[in-house]
Amino acid sequence: MSKNVNINVHHLTRVEGHGNIVVNVTDGSIEQCQWQVPESPRFFEAMVRGRHYSEVARITSRICGICSVGHTLASLKATECALGIKVSKQTDRLRRILKHAENFDSHVLHVYFLVAPDLLGAPSVFPLVPTHGDVVKRALRMKRLGHEWGSLIGGRTTHPTRAVVGGFSSLPGGARTVREGEANLRELKEKLLGCVPDAVETFKLLGDLAANIPAFDRPTEYIGLVDDVEYGLYDGQVGTLMPDGTREIIDVQDYRSVTNEYVVDQSTAKYCKHNLDSYAACALARVNLNYDMLHPEAKKIAEGLGFAAPCFNPYMNSVAQFIEAVHSVYMTVQFIDEVLADGLKDEKPVEPTKFGKGAGATEVPRGILFHEYAYDDEGFCTMGNCIIPTGQNHANIQGDFDKLVPELLAADKSEKEMELALEMLVRAYDPCISCSTHYLDVTFKK
Amino acid sequence: MAKVKCAWFDFTSCEGCQIELTNFGEPFVELLEHVEPVEFREAMSEKTEEQIDVAFIEGSFSREADRRRLEQIRARASIVVAYGACAVSGGVNAMKNHTSDYAEEVYGEDAKRPHLASQKALPIAEAIKVDFIIPGCPIDKAEFVRVVEQLVHGTTKVYVPSYPVCVECKRRETLCRYDDNDHCLGPIARAGCDAPCPADGIPCEACRGMIDNPNEAAMEKVLVENGKLPERWAKDKTRMFTANHRGDA
Ligand code: SF4
Ligand code: SF4
Ligand code: SF4
Repeated sequence: MSKNVNINVHHLTRVEGHGNIVVNVTDGSIEQCQWQVPESPRFFEAMVRGRHYSEVARITSRICGICSVGHTLASLKATECALGIKVSKQTDRLRRILKHAENFDSHVLHVYFLVAPDLLGAPSVFPLVPTHGDVVKRALRMKRLGHEWGSLIGGRTTHPTRAVVGGFSSLPGGARTVREGEANLRELKEKLLGCVPDAVETFKLLGDLAANIPAFDRPTEYIGLVDDVEYGLYDGQVGTLMPDGTREIIDVQDYRSVTNEYVVDQSTAKYCKHNLDSYAACALARVNLNYDMLHPEAKKIAEGLGFAAPCFNPYMNSVAQFIEAVHSVYMTVQFIDEVLADGLKDEKPVEPTKFGKGAGATEVPRGILFHEYAYDDEGFCTMGNCIIPTGQNHANIQGDFDKLVPELLAADKSEKEMELALEMLVRAYDPCISCSTHYLDVTFKK
Repeated sequence: MAKVKCAWFDFTSCEGCQIELTNFGEPFVELLEHVEPVEFREAMSEKTEEQIDVAFIEGSFSREADRRRLEQIRARASIVVAYGACAVSGGVNAMKNHTSDYAEEVYGEDAKRPHLASQKALPIAEAIKVDFIIPGCPIDKAEFVRVVEQLVHGTTKVYVPSYPVCVECKRRETLCRYDDNDHCLGPIARAGCDAPCPADGIPCEACRGMIDNPNEAAMEKVLVENGKLPERWAKDKTRMFTANHRGDA
């Protein structure tokens, strides 16, 4: 095999943020095979220093527009831990609903706008308007539902207004009375149940396209939240799952012992590793960790799409996302019922009881997210640290590249086919690399 | 009428403003009857060589290395619109502008690496000519549609209100934050968003920038006397979204 391959994808399209793929093969031997992230750094951890605790989530939400609900919630939880605040049962439930909304919203965006074009052989969603108009309209309808769902609780889905330290600043839908707030929740429940036909159609579409998902396995360590209340998403402790099925539970406050950030010379972002050289934090990791906790309707979807946990194919992350989207619809209906059964209350946010240091974790669509802050005794921030899931996945993407490229070469794939396979792999992780909290730049090999 | 060829570009940002564009739902298909997306890296693999009618730019100009890319966009586009606070004023990215140790704080020893050289976060207009702005963090979808409508009809001026957020807030009959033991930047914040934040029970942070000729000293006094903020907080309050609007910027 004396083959030359030269792939250089500068600013990969249809991912959030900027990333490059560089592969050089000369006479059949791989000289370079890299996933690089040249995103411009934004220095959020430095920016929160000196800010009041009531402003911090509003600032760190701006780390990422697509995961802004998750950043807000991780930030609030970290701050509440540092300030000795325990939120009410109602706040906990409403936040869970908000988290499910973001998960659904982002997964719909990813599956329909960023992945489906690859599987349908189109360069983007726009050329699908004349050919697959019903698919595009359904995608926009579902995306809109995710937006209305999150907005009802959070005020907005991009940088939510109402989620504040200690609780919520206003009732669902901005209602002025609890009755109106309850009516708003009931209306949301109807809308969610009304989206089931769209979900069924999406299921059929994915079923038809499943044959186009590349066969590729690379067992790795999977890390995500595990929670007593529900499938790990909003809250819980850090769970890890090894390829041989071994599990471990780690307290969120010890998150640094999980992420172990380090700098690699040839690359871009800080990398993370735990038990192995790399780990995955994504929908696939969550489903692998928490399959038993999925709603029965979501399990049916998994079975129907031929998904069996643990699944070691990173391309299946998109399928895992759709399974979660369905789960989120049914769990939200359940939490709405619980809030209504107890009766919605007009609660004031809980006040701080101390000023110190604390960490918080939540799952964003792309994997587990950690925030940590320290506050002085007037409530001003003295230290901030945010570790995003895409950063945690970089080493794993590189690990996949290292296994995939030789396999593609052995299968005698053309340069074009290899490029598409690598692009699809990166897109499958749904990297949100605009969340540039911890990025270093790259040097290009000329 | 020929469709208006539009392209989207992003610089230092959270990409939240482009995400807002996906939240229209089905009416987005109607918008596509009037505009033709020709380049949008996040959503499309296609790129264009043709002249672009309208280039929408999101994100701040925060690395000298980005200047060339911005100049190329300017050369390819008939109209350039800066959308979102990051692009319009530097937005939240400018919070670090008055400090010098931000890189060390985040990267420690690695901060000395040459590729981390980052400058102040500046508006896009500091690098190239910008024809229109759509402020906000994030942008308001309705305002975006209004601007696109105007551009489709060949308008030469796009109106951005110059009065403060308080006007819209009063019109909505929202309880003033100052009457609820809180504080607010509404008196010096540029309106146009319909004051959603006070209506949701949180202060206006002036994410759309300041009005023309804001009285910053009076605002600081109000924050301390009526808002009960400690001096140090009141002094720094407007750095969150309007660091580049401040008299001391
Ligand atoms: S203006 Fe705000 S929402 Fe828009 S890109 Fe900048 S940080 Fe994100
Ligand atoms: S809440 Fe803010 S914007 Fe509204 S009237 Fe009071 S100061 Fe003005
Ligand atoms: S009320 Fe203030 S902070 Fe809220 S959107 Fe309007 S200008 Fe921005």
